[in-house]
Amino acid sequence: MKLTLRIWRQSGATGRLVEYPVDDLSEDMSFLEALDVLNERLILAGEEPVAFDHDCREGICGMCGVMINGVAHGPQKATTACQLHLRHFKDGDVLTVEPWRADPFPVVRDLVVDRGAFDRIVAAGGYISVPTGSAPEAHATPVPKPDADTAFEAAACIGCGACVAACPNGSAMLFTAAKATHLGVLPQGQPERYSRARDMVAEHDALGFGGCTNTGECTTVCPKGIPLTTIARLNADLLRAHTTRSDR
Amino acid sequence: MDTIRLYRSTIGKKAVMAVTGAALFLYVVAHMVGNLSIFAGPGALDAYGRWLRDIGVVWPVRVGLLACVVLHFVAAYQLTARARKARGRYEHRRVVQGSYAARTMRWGGVVIALFVVYHLLDLTVGVLNPNGVPGEIHANVVADFQHWYVVLAYTAAVLALGFHLRHGVWSATQTLGVTTSRALGLGVAIVICAGFLSVPFAVFTGLVS
Repeated sequence: MKLTLRIWRQSGATGRLVEYPVDDLSEDMSFLEALDVLNERLILAGEEPVAFDHDCREGICGMCGVMINGVAHGPQKATTACQLHLRHFKDGDVLTVEPWRADPFPVVRDLVVDRGAFDRIVAAGGYISVPTGSAPEAHATPVPKPDADTAFEAAACIGCGACVAACPNGSAMLFTAAKATHLGVLPQGQPERYSRARDMVAEHDALGFGGCTNTGECTTVCPKGIPLTTIARLNADLLRAHTTRSDR
Repeated sequence: MDTIRLYRSTIGKKAVMAVTGAALFLYVVAHMVGNLSIFAGPGALDAYGRWLRDIGVVWPVRVGLLACVVLHFVAAYQLTARARKARGRYEHRRVVQGSYAARTMRWGGVVIALFVVYHLLDLTVGVLNPNGVPGEIHANVVADFQHWYVVLAYTAAVLALGFHLRHGVWSATQTLGVTTSRALGLGVAIVICAGFLSVPFAVFTGLVS
């Protein structure tokens, strides 16, 4: 099959869309493999290949992700760009491919953006403090099944940044809430639950992300289907951290 | 309570919007119920107005409402400015989620604010009312809604309020940490729209005169 890819090319402060016809594609290829095919041709022709992030290509690492025709990770629900197969497009389709765009996600080159802001949100509180020593017996701390399920659902976040890319406010609240929920509903996460909410949200805001308006575009494009309820949970923890907790 | 630091955060500003929005919403409900007294017969609406003045709630409520509107607007303005700076600008972007109500909260709020100014000049101050006699609430309302363009203006404003509440009520509960169904906002919006629109249409069609 044949596709026409209009790809954002950028090597300095500004960039532009460049159109590339790509043929000899198979519908069994992933979207990233279509970019690989294009890049091989560009290299053979002596041109600069398109830079894009990728790693596991199994939909679990969170490295890949581009806007395809204006939708983060493309048209297929709950699917990363690496797991998006060309069979979801029609022969001859024209696809606009752009990097994630948000003020705290500067474009490094072409389709690659710097998502270091996510690391700084996690560093601000997305962890539990564990004293060194031998690992405790895993079954010593019982976890109610519904809590385990809620934590696991949130822990599925791979930090790809699609939520920010899709947000009309440039907010990273779904990501922040996923991390805070994943730790905050488990017994091991309780001691730092409220300081975590306070510190992660403060870092989120300091990095220049916008506020959430509960529009829900984030959860719609999220390849892991992180629900908006995580944001309500984080809101509750943050309000409690600033109003009633003495350990703030 | 750590109010200053809370207000500095985006969630803190949203909480201010949720709480002031809830207060304004409670006023809207009371206002709607009061309006419906027009169906209780001639003089009922005027008597209701006199009663509100007699019990001395008019000015305290006005001061409270003004404070809520100012806080609601300032937080909204700050969050909007922040979102404008933060969000990405795409060559090609497709909206994948979000109701019309969710996407028009900001300008919808401005429309409601402008309507409130007109509404105060019309039925509180009276300068824009065809009758415009203080205390003759029933007569002023009936004089208003004889005109199709007044009915149209009120209808547009009430629908804007309905859209604002449709997303706002649900979003406010989410902001305050309670997960509810989006249907809650839709149900509230329908009841409020029906309640407020019943008066102009009753007058316009001659059911109330």
